[in-house]
Amino acid sequence: MKKILKKYQPYIWLACFAIFTLASFLIGFQPGKDISINFEQFFIEMITFIPFLFIIIGLFDVWFPKAKIEKHIGQESGVKGIILVILLAMLQAGPLYGAFPVAYILHKKGASIKNIFIYLGAFSCLKIPMLGIEMGYLGWKFTLVRTLVSLPLFIGVGYFMEHHLKDKNFTIHDIKNKP
Amino acid sequence: MINNAIIFISVSIILTLVSFFMDKKKTLAGLKKGLMMFKNIAIPFLNILILVSLLIYIVPPKIIQEYLGAKSGALGLAIAAVVGSIALIPGFISYPIASMLIKQGASYTVVATFMTTLMMVGIVTLPLEIKYFGKKVAILRNALNFIIAIVIGLLVGLIL
Repeated sequence: MKKILKKYQPYIWLACFAIFTLASFLIGFQPGKDISINFEQFFIEMITFIPFLFIIIGLFDVWFPKAKIEKHIGQESGVKGIILVILLAMLQAGPLYGAFPVAYILHKKGASIKNIFIYLGAFSCLKIPMLGIEMGYLGWKFTLVRTLVSLPLFIGVGYFMEHHLKDKNFTIHDIKNKP
Repeated sequence: MINNAIIFISVSIILTLVSFFMDKKKTLAGLKKGLMMFKNIAIPFLNILILVSLLIYIVPPKIIQEYLGAKSGALGLAIAAVVGSIALIPGFISYPIASMLIKQGASYTVVATFMTTLMMVGIVTLPLEIKYFGKKVAILRNALNFIIAIVIGLLVGLIL
């Protein structure tokens, strides 16, 4: 019983909403009808571009494997190093805390403090899947401006962190080995 | 909205065709991967759309304009920055919310600040971040990102 509940838990809201909408139309409950019309518009907006965005992301994933770029991290320095970490970050997906283990790997591979923080910055605002969805919802202008404004600022954060931490025994812990 | 669909559909078709001519197997793997990813977010995404549909009905645009609009000033910016720093909303799901806020009269500054803190500052995940970077570095990174998120918001608002 518990297992069944757990399996269907994600669908509870959808089911409630479906029942609510159906009931609203049956008894002529105007707010319910209005809400379902809102939902219909949002749903059409979503279904007409998000699945295609994911097709693009999936293709990207097979043609530009992250492992290939990761191999070069740490060896390259200067502008090339910065571009490399930004590219690597752009290919990722998921929440920021998923970037911390990668930061540990970069650190172990010899990436500079600056590049590690640039990586985290790029991870949080330049991921390609995010940019795609942002363009779809907020327009390419907003996305372009936000990206161009953010880029120099988080590179600045990288330089600041390196300047601030370079004589302070900076290290990143692997929390798997150190509970 | 229609433009969006046209752009995304044509880009995905062109890329798929190009990819297919170059490598059949890779293309199929990519398509499969993409659809799997879509499947994983579909239900949470629909739930958020339900929530947004409800909110847009319940919260009058006037309130959003007052607290998050162009004239909300420092208060709107503070609300956006603080909520964005605390909330743990996956990026994907936050965009319909952002788009709804703009349509209802929130300013670009407020929305850009909210989105940026959401992505770059994590109060809830701070304990985890401390485990990786140590207390001082983690707090410093979050504080710095909090500040630049506000700067980003102000600049985006200024330009758009």
